[in-house]
Amino acid sequence: MSKDMSYAAVMARKNEIMKKAIGIDYSTFESGSISFDYERMMRETGYTLEEIQQIQADTSVGNTPIIELKNLTALARKLAPKGKGARIFIKDEAANPSGSFKARRAATAVYHAKKLGYKGVVTATSGNYGAAVASQAAKRGLKCIVVQECYDSRMVGQPEILEKQRACEAYGAEVVQLSVGPELFYTFLTLLEETGYFNASLYTPFGIAGVETLGYEIAMQFRVTIGRDPDKVVITHAGGGNVTGTARGLLKAGAKDVEIVGASVDLSGLHMASDRDFNRKSFTTGHTGFGIPFATWPDRADVPRNAARPLRYLDRYVLVKQGEVFYITEALSVLEGLERGPAGNTSLTAAFALAQEMDKDQIIVVQETEYTGAGKHPLPQLTFAKQNGIEILFGNPDRDEPGKNIILPAHPSDIKVRDYDIDKARTSYIKNCINNYKVTEITKEDFEFLVKDAKTNDSFVEGILAELNVKIK
Amino acid sequence: MISAKKGDWVQIRQIVLKPEERAPQVPEDTKKVPLELWVKGIAQEDAKIGSMIEIITATGRKVKGELIAVNPRYVHDYGNFVPELLKVDMQLKEILFGGDINE
Repeated sequence: MSKDMSYAAVMARKNEIMKKAIGIDYSTFESGSISFDYERMMRETGYTLEEIQQIQADTSVGNTPIIELKNLTALARKLAPKGKGARIFIKDEAANPSGSFKARRAATAVYHAKKLGYKGVVTATSGNYGAAVASQAAKRGLKCIVVQECYDSRMVGQPEILEKQRACEAYGAEVVQLSVGPELFYTFLTLLEETGYFNASLYTPFGIAGVETLGYEIAMQFRVTIGRDPDKVVITHAGGGNVTGTARGLLKAGAKDVEIVGASVDLSGLHMASDRDFNRKSFTTGHTGFGIPFATWPDRADVPRNAARPLRYLDRYVLVKQGEVFYITEALSVLEGLERGPAGNTSLTAAFALAQEMDKDQIIVVQETEYTGAGKHPLPQLTFAKQNGIEILFGNPDRDEPGKNIILPAHPSDIKVRDYDIDKARTSYIKNCINNYKVTEITKEDFEFLVKDAKTNDSFVEGILAELNVKIK
Repeated sequence: MISAKKGDWVQIRQIVLKPEERAPQVPEDTKKVPLELWVKGIAQEDAKIGSMIEIITATGRKVKGELIAVNPRYVHDYGNFVPELLKVDMQLKEILFGGDINE
């Protein structure tokens, strides 16, 4: 008998399909309510740092160089108060085989798929991760399907996503492209079911553990070259894996005092599932449309329990504007001789502003770059924005309206960070836990989990529970 | 009329969900249009643009859909020249290095 392939029937088989496609029985880490054993999940289903270093070395992933941005630092010092202006460094993750840090995540996922005997991998992503999985699958001899949200209903594609399609196809993958909408997940499930391939999700323990080497390398490289750990590491934040993996790697290196700063492009006002808004944004990731939802409800991902839990690790979360990132992308090119991005340039923009708050002898690190090229570069992005009716202006970036205009700073001193209130994100996360699990009382274990998962204290969680009339058993 | 020969590299289109079948959480503008899918592969028969065709994809899957392109080209590029970016470049060099850039 053939299976019912209707939307409702396939979605109802979600858990069964995922169990076969990931090979993790998440129920063994569950408590039966809100809490689950995160560290045990990371330990038992992931790999040790040493194993991951070996897996990544096998396919030439990782050990990317650190570059000091001396001219950008000099520019920041010109604008900063006397004595301020930290040294700015970037980790050149573009040196990875597929041109971004995502190779680290893909390396472990594809290795794991091969070890478990899967013939191929499927991944749902419009980002660099698709090219990373395709590249790793090519090296390991597995088949690869990348499912991407690409076009609006006019079949007009965001140039950056079109470039990612090309890259995936260049690495030999099949690319399944979809128009805008969350039902991409339905197509993804049907492909997993049809092929029996591995779900190379961004959010499995081994995917996240793959990023730990990035944080670990930063600590080791700075200890060798400068003699100490950096003061701040800035991480472009979208789905949370970049923040989680990097921070965990720093902690594994014993770099406990490094401030972890997340940065996203502010795209507030644009609806991520809107056919109209889809091509009115100039950033396809690293923006608030992913950053805030994934921070406040990580378990929205394509696995039952997301290994990327950004609130556990973020000390600070800052927003920058589209126009500021384009400006800094140009600065990286004309002042440092490096054409990179867009992804890492979001955190670089934040670092440029944050360096001006810091003392001269301090160190701020941007932990990624990505390859640039046709579709990704500011020229095609701003051309595309203009074609979609977006105005390109000079002025105060704070006045920008995503989807209507992009405001390039009139002067680099107009570039700044806007702090997103992390307590607001923590509150939303805790409320989402209570609402999604539909509980009126929680266990002591749940309470402790919430304190840890939101990186807060007992009284903060107690306050929210009291507001919601939720009791602790 | 463009047509594909058996063995050509082609792109096809499918309607995955009709507008009335779309998920409830989808915004209004997205609900008015179908969920479409595009995929490339090797044509298994001769066909004209707009007609149904079966292909075999890069992973060996057989998929049917409407033929929309033969040897589809990549359409993304470096875009037009954007004068605003030149202005940024000149400003940055002026602030940091000062003086006449032609010196």
